[in-house]
Amino acid sequence: MKRIEIHAHAGAFAENKDAARDLRLKEIIPALDKGESVVLSFERVDAVTQSFIHALISDLIRKRGVDVLDRLEFKSCNDTVKKIISIVVDYMQEGA
Amino acid sequence: MKIHLPNSAFLGNIDPFIRGFDPSEPDRLQITANDKWIAVHPSVISMVAALGLKVGSSNIRCQKLEAGSSHYLVRMGLFKLLDIPTDISITVHEPAGRFIPLTRIRTSEELTRFIAEMIPLLHLEAEQAKTLGYIVSELVRNVLEHAEASDGAILCAQYYKKTNSIRIGIADTGLGIRATITRSHPAETDLDAIRLALMPGITGTTSMEGGTEQNAGAGLFFIKSIASVNREFFVVYSGAGFYKLLKKTAARNLRLHADPFADRHSSEGGMPVWPGTVVGVDITLNQTEEFSRLLDAIRKTYGSAVRERRKERYRRPRFT
Repeated sequence: MKRIEIHAHAGAFAENKDAARDLRLKEIIPALDKGESVVLSFERVDAVTQSFIHALISDLIRKRGVDVLDRLEFKSCNDTVKKIISIVVDYMQEGA
Repeated sequence: MKIHLPNSAFLGNIDPFIRGFDPSEPDRLQITANDKWIAVHPSVISMVAALGLKVGSSNIRCQKLEAGSSHYLVRMGLFKLLDIPTDISITVHEPAGRFIPLTRIRTSEELTRFIAEMIPLLHLEAEQAKTLGYIVSELVRNVLEHAEASDGAILCAQYYKKTNSIRIGIADTGLGIRATITRSHPAETDLDAIRLALMPGITGTTSMEGGTEQNAGAGLFFIKSIASVNREFFVVYSGAGFYKLLKKTAARNLRLHADPFADRHSSEGGMPVWPGTVVGVDITLNQTEEFSRLLDAIRKTYGSAVRERRKERYRRPRFT
């Protein structure tokens, strides 16, 4: 299992889409390709933007299907972060 | 180009100011102002700064400002950013707690740094800072990713302690919304393009539902929704198109509209052509508990908007 600390890459206010893309390409995808599950830890992350979460996970859902969510775990999210992740997961499935 | 700073131009009454903008002779800028009083929204200051940067300091003519309140423009950093002289002298105070002076952001790294630095400037509580950070991040990233503006995003903001509200203005002199949205969606006019850009799930980067891996087409919809739940003004001006979300009365049920024209609004398609995009937003900061409800409403609205569009595109097989 691969654990990724979002705070270490994007800070307490995670809004940098470039950082999200790098995490997706360099950390998440290689781990999934190896058959690992991925834990995205939002510990000490106070807020995220929808754009950040979109850049982080939307392409995974589009290219690998919704089943990829079975191998992703969103850990230590506050309520706002949970809701924004849910919005992105929802619309990626609606539009799929 | 000619731009006149009136005695009052906030989002509620910004329309006459915009109608007075003269975009002819785009290589030169003449700035005039009311000689008694100048009280303007940050978006107005950002607009003047964006135009000035576009033409360069040697091509700016600024009349001698007589209004007693002209020092506000100095404190917001207008003359410094444009590198033009002024004889208005001010005592420089520490800006913390009151305003964000004119700032030019051209890269993603500059934006991340700016967001980290702006929060202490306004002395906001953590929850309030999130809303502001959210708005600035989404709006500036729109400029950086879509506008192709050589001067980047120009922004400033003013905090009002009495109403615990903040007014933000972001301007660019890039491609404008129509040029970018029509890469993937048809829009005959600038106003049509603004309407599309405000709908959830519509982005100029693709016609595909859900956007691309980097763009969802949701940023402006989120900002409009934040303004809507705050019952505040929100303005988008690009090309000849102008859209203003109007204030609305308090409602028990939070209802968002995917189509911005379904909101209480005013719009105009024949404004003087702005060479880029301007966004102005007013936010009341003491309604942060609404943010969670807002996200619930966004989730619902977003989903139904995407479903509706899919239904519209759905084609049945023709059996003959």
